[in-house]
Amino acid sequence: MTYDPEQEPYVALRTKALESLLIEKGLLSAEAVDELISEYERDIGPLKGARVVARAWVDPDFKTRLLEDGSAIAELGLPGGGNLVVVENMPAEHHMVVCTLCSCYPWMVLGLPPTWYKSFAYRSRAVIEPRAVLREFGLVLDEDVTVHVHDSSAEVRYMVLPERPAGTEDLTEEQLAALVTRDAMIGVARVSGPVHHLQGVVPG
Amino acid sequence: MNGVHDMGGMHGFGPIVREENEPLFHAPWEAQVRAMVVIARSRGYFNIDAFRFGIERMDPAHYLRAPYFERWLASLERNLLEHSFLTSDELDDRTEYVRRHPEATLPRGVVTAPAREAQDESVEPLPASQFAVGDAVVTRNVHLPEHTRLPRYARGKRGIVQRLHGAQIFPDTNARGLGENPQPLYSICFDARELWGNSAEPRQTVSLDLWESYLEPASG
Repeated sequence: MTYDPEQEPYVALRTKALESLLIEKGLLSAEAVDELISEYERDIGPLKGARVVARAWVDPDFKTRLLEDGSAIAELGLPGGGNLVVVENMPAEHHMVVCTLCSCYPWMVLGLPPTWYKSFAYRSRAVIEPRAVLREFGLVLDEDVTVHVHDSSAEVRYMVLPERPAGTEDLTEEQLAALVTRDAMIGVARVSGPVHHLQGVVPG
Repeated sequence: MNGVHDMGGMHGFGPIVREENEPLFHAPWEAQVRAMVVIARSRGYFNIDAFRFGIERMDPAHYLRAPYFERWLASLERNLLEHSFLTSDELDDRTEYVRRHPEATLPRGVVTAPAREAQDESVEPLPASQFAVGDAVVTRNVHLPEHTRLPRYARGKRGIVQRLHGAQIFPDTNARGLGENPQPLYSICFDARELWGNSAEPRQTVSLDLWESYLEPASG
């Protein structure tokens, strides 16, 4: 990492200074910091949640267990489900997740949150005008749909189980997982069926 | 505390800006900050509630203009300072050194500080819960300059218990080092009209996870 003293922002200098002091004081090691950063880069993020969704779509008993207790994600080898609640979208019930106070996010299934989820605009508006927010994301709900907004104020984390799109009856579990986007699992999008799906791309 | 961080229902922040194919971190320092916070918490130097409270206590104008991970850095610094791991003079001096010596590399070192016992955010066994699913409750209308997870928009409001989450560490005391004091945690569902009156969108609810001491039984 090279530093250009003309360009380096103060916050980067401060970070490096802090890390060097903490290392010298024996409070942490550079190796531990680097290893953690590598872990973040290796994390597959929302692909974890997509597998959970696909499994719930094909296996009704798993879905029942999952909705009862998020720790069912352990069946897919995913840790951390003890603090996870999965909420199910239905034709007349649409769920959406936010953390108005900071940025709490279902990291165990979605990885690190996108900047927009942590933005002041999303945090402030999701609880008071969710339909307007969804319209900005391109999702228009019918008037008879009830919107349930979950403000993640404790260590419990929420993931939306989106509705399975029509026309997917013949897809394998793996093909289904490839349709599921991060935005659908936050609740700001629906999952599109294979007719609309861009080949080889998991958007969001 | 009634800080600017308590944003639910605020107006004026405009459209939600989204970045296509956003990188995991926008600069190396962001990843470093995140990693340092996670390590510090895992080694028990401070707990997550103190960490959040540190962010909340930022100068409001700084909070509003700082990018996300700069808020993490601010709280990391504050908590390390308040727990006497380093002094602000040390940090200021070192930052100036780094500015004048951009070629300087991080030192090698071994971790010598003992790890304090990391906390579990979920606690067993469950103390007796005052409320059951379906109960009507009212949130307390309390405005203390302390850490809390009851947002302003949901104080003095009536809701229904939706789920029981077992006992969880109570952030209001844990953030200030006054003990974990685990309490039953509930998912409370509010009708949007209860929160926003006639300004509410139709057919909408907001659910919050709230500790027992935030709640009172609703009358009638």
